[in-house]
Amino acid sequence: MNSEKKSQIKEKYSIFLVLLLMIVLCTCFNRNFMSPDNIPNIMKQLAVATILAYGEMLLIISGMLDLSSGAVLALSGVFSVYVYKGTDSLLLAFLVAIFIAVACNIVNAIMVTNFKTPPFIATLAMQMAARGIALLFTNGQNIPQLGRYTVFGQGSIGPVPISILFIVVITIVIWYILRHTRLGRSLYAIGGNEEAAIASGISVNRNKYIVFIINGVLVGIAGVLFMSRVNAGLPNGAVGYEMEGLTAAIVGGTSFSGGVGTTMGTFAGALIIGCLNNIMNLTGVNSYVQQIVKGTIIALAVIWDIYSKNKKTTKVILVENEKEKEWNEEKSSGSIA
Amino acid sequence: MEQEIKLRVSGIEKSFPGVKALSNIEFKVRKGTVHALCGENGAGKSTLMKIINGIYKPDKGQIYIDEKPVKIQNPIQARNYGIAMIAQELNYVPEMSIEENLFLGRLPKKKTGSVDWKQLRKKTEEFLKNENLPYHPTQKMKTLTVSDIQMIEIIKAISNDAKIIVMDEPTSAITQKEVDTLFEKIKVLKEKGVSIIYISHKMDEVFQIADDITVLRDGTVVESHPASEIDIDKVISLMVGRKIENAYPKESIDIGETLLEVKDLSSKGIYKDINFHVKKGEIIGFAGLVGAGRTEVMRSIFGLDPITSGSIIKDGKEIQIKTVKDSIKNDIVMLSEDRKRYGIIPMRSITENASLSSLEKIIYGGYAHEKEERKIVKDYFNKMNVKSPTMDTAIQNLSGGNQQKVLLAKWMMRNPDILILDEPTRGIDIGAKYEIYKLMTDVAKEGKGVIIVSSELPELIGMCDRIYVMCQGVITGELQRDVFSQESIMRFATGTE
Repeated sequence: MNSEKKSQIKEKYSIFLVLLLMIVLCTCFNRNFMSPDNIPNIMKQLAVATILAYGEMLLIISGMLDLSSGAVLALSGVFSVYVYKGTDSLLLAFLVAIFIAVACNIVNAIMVTNFKTPPFIATLAMQMAARGIALLFTNGQNIPQLGRYTVFGQGSIGPVPISILFIVVITIVIWYILRHTRLGRSLYAIGGNEEAAIASGISVNRNKYIVFIINGVLVGIAGVLFMSRVNAGLPNGAVGYEMEGLTAAIVGGTSFSGGVGTTMGTFAGALIIGCLNNIMNLTGVNSYVQQIVKGTIIALAVIWDIYSKNKKTTKVILVENEKEKEWNEEKSSGSIA
Repeated sequence: MEQEIKLRVSGIEKSFPGVKALSNIEFKVRKGTVHALCGENGAGKSTLMKIINGIYKPDKGQIYIDEKPVKIQNPIQARNYGIAMIAQELNYVPEMSIEENLFLGRLPKKKTGSVDWKQLRKKTEEFLKNENLPYHPTQKMKTLTVSDIQMIEIIKAISNDAKIIVMDEPTSAITQKEVDTLFEKIKVLKEKGVSIIYISHKMDEVFQIADDITVLRDGTVVESHPASEIDIDKVISLMVGRKIENAYPKESIDIGETLLEVKDLSSKGIYKDINFHVKKGEIIGFAGLVGAGRTEVMRSIFGLDPITSGSIIKDGKEIQIKTVKDSIKNDIVMLSEDRKRYGIIPMRSITENASLSSLEKIIYGGYAHEKEERKIVKDYFNKMNVKSPTMDTAIQNLSGGNQQKVLLAKWMMRNPDILILDEPTRGIDIGAKYEIYKLMTDVAKEGKGVIIVSSELPELIGMCDRIYVMCQGVITGELQRDVFSQESIMRFATGTE
């Protein structure tokens, strides 16, 4: 029993050990890494990818994924910037971004639930379409000089950058959803075994809609933060960001076969990727080499995940066999007496 | 006359990381006989068979065929030695045709190396004709019934000129009638000198077909006897290592008023005019051949499949059931026949699996009451004797019987009025079976209704107060406990009465 508990704790916190090791190594490599300028800088850079990662995590846990988040981010971002330029209202601009991203994700949900399209295909289609609309709407031109709009990505309240506030609040909300709501439990069940979830009385389609809507809200916020940070509405921006999100979720232990994943794991995954990017930039690693390193890390993360899972399974079965034997012995000696 | 020994394994040992699966196994199969291998789940039967089939390598020991030592490194070598295996979980490619499945991995080739489709077609047609299977060689495997797929698997083994055929639970998914066909087939094979290793949990079948019986327990051979020198009770007590006095803990319970009534329930093309009722404290059974529509009726009552017409009345009031949620709200729950597909969330903990259908009891007031959850679930696990290392163990790591008990706990947590059990004991060992029967009795004692769908007639006869028999989508008979017999049930089930 004790060893089983120990191995569970080990599994739960090993990702944070990796993160800690990473930070120590980074500090050794480059002194600037731990400088008071660099840490908030990492967090700011990370904000967008982390928020997308949470959306991807929720979808992967429930057996789906979103390939459209980068494109929808750009679409909602440029619309938001456009509305801001027209009305000068930050609130309105913020809401428009969320509205558009949610609308796109409702379309995703309709394709996935009502028309039974595999999420991979449905969101791939959305990726192309959303990017197309963003380019068509802006005529392919960037919208520069956002003025006050930059407050989201660059401003701060006191010493705390606003984008970090966003991450903190969103992390707490996502953690709460997964840990303390029926929705959270239902998502794990749906991703783990959809038919069993239906036969347990869970409204699978309704829950899928809700996850896509949550993902939409997250992508919308990410859209605002992204455009605000680069100080321009970029219809061609954030290409491939869905992959950044997926990577963070997977490195953080979210299982692609569904039903497994934690908020803190994904958060750690995002930080690991963020630190890696940062240290490679600081030490001037060739950007092509950076891609190779990231690819290798994803592969290693997944292999490690599968390997540790196998090891654990045999261990548990072992323990069970022993228990069973004990139990049988008890019974048989009892019946003799 | 004593037949010569066809297969002999001697001193076989096999360990998996940290666990000894087999130790010092001595086992021999005579030519032209059926040798039954009995044992509880986890006794080592499958491991031994996998060694014989070359899937696992033994750590120690020797296999002899015709008293000559052989080394079987992989299933292809096993095939060359004339060993064929019909696995419990059928191995076929649903999207491929019958002919491709039959000759999977050994498609006839032309000189150029391309597949000789003509010869393939011809051979397949011959086999199908010999077995009276009305299929075309190009038909996709997924369009066949389970029992015919099983027959195809057997043909595959024979067509391979197998001298030793391992059958692992060959009757777990087929009906009595098809079992008879299978047994006929086995007799023909025996006459041809083929040796058969037969693994089954169904003792009556074992005694019907086996010449020799070997019992395994905890990775060792307990005893080995000719079937004529041993009886069922002895085998069972050898298997579990303890005595089970009564296989069916049936108690007489006062039966109350009608709890659930189903009137003229129909689903177009599947079942028609189904009428039955369950009273308080009653255990009723549904017998019938596979495909008779029993599971489908229960799925409709549970809200998994739609109905075309008819009504469901509970406690005197008509209720509408369109989804599983509706039926749960009306305190009707169902344990599905396919545990893997409709039951478990494999990678989640047993606690989470158990509380999945009672989330509102655990998550309320804005957060999850996890301590309370553990307490409630633990109570049910204790009652049901669920054996697991911890409450956080993933359900996929438990044995089938324990998984089934976790799923039962999940439904018991809802405190249902009607408990529908579809093949509740399929593929689980005797100890766990007994516990499930016990639970059924306890539920009935509380004045609730239990409905069991089962293909194992002794189980229905042992546990039920009344049995409905279905055949081709209609109820053909209703039997009271005092007139239960396998023969009368089979007559209704085959539509001969």
